[in-house]
Amino acid sequence: MKQKRLFKATRHHSGAGDYIFDIFNYTFMVFLCVIMLYPFLNQLAVSLNVASDSLKGGIYLWPREFTWANYQHVFGEANIVNSFFIAVLRTVIGTLTSVLGTAMVAYTISRKDFVLQKFVTIAFVLTMYFNGGLIPNYLLVKELNLLDSFWVYIIPGIIGVFNLIVIRSFIEGIPESLFESAKIDGAGDFTIFLKIVLPLSMPVLATVSLFVAVYQWNSWFDVFLYNSSTPELSTLQYELMKILQNSNASLSGKTAADAFANANSSANQVSPTSIRATMTIVASLPIIMVYPFLQKYFVKGLTLGGVKG
Amino acid sequence: MQVETRAAEEVLNTSASVQKKQVKKSFLKRMMKQKALLAMSVPFLIWLFIFKYIPLWGWSIAFQDFKPALSLTDQEWIGFDHFKFLFTDANFYRVLRNTIGMSTINLVLGFVTAIGLALLLNEIRAAKFKRVVQTISYMPHFISWVVAASIISYGLSLDNGIVNIILIKLGIIDKPILWLGKATWFWGINGISDVWKNVGWNTIIYLAAITMIDPEQYEAADIDGASRLQRIRYITLPSLKPTIVILLIMNLGYILESGFEAQYLLGNPMNLDYSENLDIYVLKYGMSMGNFSIATAAGIFKTVVSFIFLFSANHIAKKFDQPRLF
Repeated sequence: MKQKRLFKATRHHSGAGDYIFDIFNYTFMVFLCVIMLYPFLNQLAVSLNVASDSLKGGIYLWPREFTWANYQHVFGEANIVNSFFIAVLRTVIGTLTSVLGTAMVAYTISRKDFVLQKFVTIAFVLTMYFNGGLIPNYLLVKELNLLDSFWVYIIPGIIGVFNLIVIRSFIEGIPESLFESAKIDGAGDFTIFLKIVLPLSMPVLATVSLFVAVYQWNSWFDVFLYNSSTPELSTLQYELMKILQNSNASLSGKTAADAFANANSSANQVSPTSIRATMTIVASLPIIMVYPFLQKYFVKGLTLGGVKG
Repeated sequence: MQVETRAAEEVLNTSASVQKKQVKKSFLKRMMKQKALLAMSVPFLIWLFIFKYIPLWGWSIAFQDFKPALSLTDQEWIGFDHFKFLFTDANFYRVLRNTIGMSTINLVLGFVTAIGLALLLNEIRAAKFKRVVQTISYMPHFISWVVAASIISYGLSLDNGIVNIILIKLGIIDKPILWLGKATWFWGINGISDVWKNVGWNTIIYLAAITMIDPEQYEAADIDGASRLQRIRYITLPSLKPTIVILLIMNLGYILESGFEAQYLLGNPMNLDYSENLDIYVLKYGMSMGNFSIATAAGIFKTVVSFIFLFSANHIAKKFDQPRLF
């Protein structure tokens, strides 16, 4: 398809207007990249700069007085290290269980001969159009004794309907003959799922894994809602959110984040600004390093879901 | 499990009610053969009922004088009193105004920028450059709103914010502005933040639709001597119309979903009047004040209105012979 792409046939410009268009277009794209990238590079520079020096301003893309002290400070805080660990744990467990579960259900509803195929499909798809809402969901979690527990991160969101449809569409594209020959060899439905469906669905499973992992890693609202009284189950995003809320609450500045910083300032020279920048980098770097490698897959997966969903 | 199989039987029976007995027999037979498939789906079906359908029953607390100490069956029914309260509460109208205002701004800005960027990206011939730009433009979509809000509030801050620095250097303002302290500007800041975060991601669907356009159309346009802008205007844009319409319909259904995280995380006491939306209202009444009934009533209002919007949009699309959702 790429070879067939549009403008290969017309390599020549048809006039000065087209040159002007190109100059404008390429300039605009560079400008766009700057807008997208600058905030991160700036935070990175601030996080690698001596805290007291950052307060003077003028840090843009490069640290003025380089230091690892901000990172040493952040990773010296026991609760932040713990929240990092919890975030990794919920991302790994949440992604594995969700992808496996969603793939299983997707396989069963891709089977036209399955007795419950229609019923299961409709039951899942219907839930895209309504939602119990915040309070009923909260009461349910409370009734199920999932408050202040790690499993509230995993169980309530184990299957996403959008992901289910994306995986089902992909499985439906697997040639029927593969299933037939496996059946002739005496393979049961579960063996077919493990030996044929899972390996052949790797591209779409990679896409869905990325979506789920990003969702898990970025979540803070469920921590806030269900586990805010259990600090040992806090996640990195929630810790950053608390620092942000503190600085929002009083824009002029003297806040809990300051207190947090001041407690150690004599030894480590940290400031709320530097800590926030450092936490921002720690909380976003894992994702930024992973997603470009999966780009090919998620673009395809999203298109599939968009067209067939 | 029995309940579900019975319901499934009903589905099957209505589709072939004439051969009821035959179907039932073969149904049981097939079910016995499909134990593995049942084992793979039924546990998740049970999960679905618990986590997605049972909360709907929780809607009943909007019609009760809900007391958390009492069990669900002992609550006192009071009818529509909570809804009456909502419609007399000035705060409710304020958050409703903010919700609709922000989601309209986000919808319009989001559509125009995503379509515009997709059209411009499509005109870039250097494949590698195009791919790099796309990769970079997706990045803000993958970071959390917490990180995004932290970056945005830093960029808009009084002392070191890049926005103030640039505007002062350009001579547009002469002293730094506390952007997030200006309540009436919040909708705009929220809209631009949303564009920054999602514009790259939202181009994916349009770029996919563009690859479906028949190349012969462009060749014919070249022979006729069409300029680049004319090709965009008369070929690419009209070809995107069905995609745009269906996405517009989908988004109209979410007109009361103005997002929650951006407003909650960028909100502060100074911009509260314009940053609080329905979701924050629900959170405040429900979790902070512990009034579950009013919070649920507001949640129901939101869901019902969204439903009406979605169906009306779909109906209008049907009238104008456009592609639609269902």
